[in-house]
Amino acid sequence: MKQSRRHSPELRWPVRLILALAGCAIFTTPAGAQGLDFETGGKLLLTRGITSVDGAGGGGITPWALITGNETDRGIGGTAHYTRVDVPDYTFEAYGGAVGFYDRFEVSYTRQEFDTGETGAALGIGDGFTFGQDIYGAKYRIAGDAVYGQDTWLPQIAVGALYKEADHGALLGALGAEDASGVEVYASATKLLLAQSLLFNATLRYTDANQNGLLGFGGQEDMQIQPEVSLGYQLSRRLIIGGEYRFKPDNLAFAKEDDWVDLFAAYAINDHATVTAAYADLGSIATFDDQRGLYLSLQLGF
Amino acid sequence: MRLSALCLLAVSLTCSVAFAQETGTPYHRAGELEVDPYEVSNENAGADPFTGQAMLEAFNGREGISRIVDDFVEGVRTDPRTEKIFAASDWKRLDRTLNEQFCYILGGGCDYTGRNMTEVHRDHGITRAEFNAVVEILQAAMRKEGVPFRMQNRFLAKLAPMERDTVTR
Repeated sequence: MKQSRRHSPELRWPVRLILALAGCAIFTTPAGAQGLDFETGGKLLLTRGITSVDGAGGGGITPWALITGNETDRGIGGTAHYTRVDVPDYTFEAYGGAVGFYDRFEVSYTRQEFDTGETGAALGIGDGFTFGQDIYGAKYRIAGDAVYGQDTWLPQIAVGALYKEADHGALLGALGAEDASGVEVYASATKLLLAQSLLFNATLRYTDANQNGLLGFGGQEDMQIQPEVSLGYQLSRRLIIGGEYRFKPDNLAFAKEDDWVDLFAAYAINDHATVTAAYADLGSIATFDDQRGLYLSLQLGF
Repeated sequence: MRLSALCLLAVSLTCSVAFAQETGTPYHRAGELEVDPYEVSNENAGADPFTGQAMLEAFNGREGISRIVDDFVEGVRTDPRTEKIFAASDWKRLDRTLNEQFCYILGGGCDYTGRNMTEVHRDHGITRAEFNAVVEILQAAMRKEGVPFRMQNRFLAKLAPMERDTVTR
C-alpha cells in the first residue's frame, strides 16, 4: 500500500527561483541575445561527472564543482539519470534530469523514493511504505578549471543549493523531524591532478537533513556544516575508480544516523552514457543497521 | 696600428655575430613557408621539460614521438571538428615544430625553435570544444603508440595550461 505523494497546485518559490535563474543564464549571455545560438557537446569524456543521488552533477553521494552536460562555455547540455541502491532492508531509487548552461550554471530535478518493503511492516508504517522527496537544485561555478588548470593549485569551485520537499510530512513530524522540507547549501571544490591521474573533490554542505531529507529536516540539532570528500583514480580515458565519504547529521532521537561511504567505478560507454557501480555503506537507517549494498547508476547526457 | 687592427677585428666580429643572429636563425627551413622573425627560445614551447628518461622511454624515444606527431597531424588535418582550423597550416613546418616541442618537453634533448602558443594560434579562433577535440586526437595518437595511460596524462598535464593561450573564443 504505497501512499501517493501530494502535489502542490502551483510551482513553489524555490522552483520559480531556479527557473528564473536559468532563464537569466540563457538570455543574458551573448549567445542567448542572438536568439539561442548555442552549441552542444565538446566536453572531454567523463569530465561532466556523473549524477549524484540528489540530482546535482558530481560523484555518487556528493555534488562536485563540475557542471553537468557535455556543453562547453559556448553551449547548453543536459543529463538524465536513474540510480538504484539495494541494501538489505530497503530499496532506494532516484531519477531525474539536469541542464548545464555554458559550463557555468546547472539546474536539476530529482525524485527520490525509499521503499521500506517488508521492513515497513516491522517499523509499523505498513508493508511497502515508501518515503520520497522531490529535489530541486541549482549550482554555479565561481572559479577555477578542474581540467586545464594544471599549473595552479586553484581547484574548480562551485556553490549550489538544493531545495528538498519530502512526502508524508505528518509522519516525519511524528518521527521527530521539525520540517518536511528544507534547503541545503553547499560549496564544492574539484581538482583533477592530471599528472597523477587523480581526481579530488571536497564539499561542505550546510544541512539539517535526516537521511538526506527522506526522513525530514531538523530535530534535535540545528543546521550544521558537514564535509564530504571524493577521491578517484583514472585508469583509462573511460574508467575511473575511487571512493567517497559523506558526513551526515544525526538529528532524530528514535534512530541513529550514520555517515555514508562508497567505493565506485564509473565507466563512460561513449560521450552520451556513463554507468557507475558502487559498493555503498549507508550505515544504520531508521533503526536497521548495516545497510550495505550495490549502488548502480546510469547517466545519459548530451 | 696593432690596436686599430684589433678594433677592426672586434667590430667585424660583433657585426658578424649580430648579422648571424639577424638572419642565420632558422625561423623557417627549406620547403616551409616564410614566417616573420621572432625570438627563438625553448620558452616558446610553453612547458618545462621532464627530467630523466622515463617519459622519453614511455613515448618510445624520438621515433615514437615522430610516429605520434604523424598521427596527430593527420588527425587534426582530417577530423571534421578541427580540419577548418588548420586548413591554412604549413604542414611541413607543423610536423617539424611539433616534433621539436614534444621532444623538448619529454626530455629528449631537442630544442624548440617554433613560435609560442599565443602567437601560433592567435588567428585560429579556437574554441574550448575544438581544443578538447585536439586533445582527443592526441590521446588517440599516444594510445596507438602504446604510451601507458598515466604517462599520457603526465604529458597532457604539461600541455594543459596552453589552453589559456590557445582558446580565444
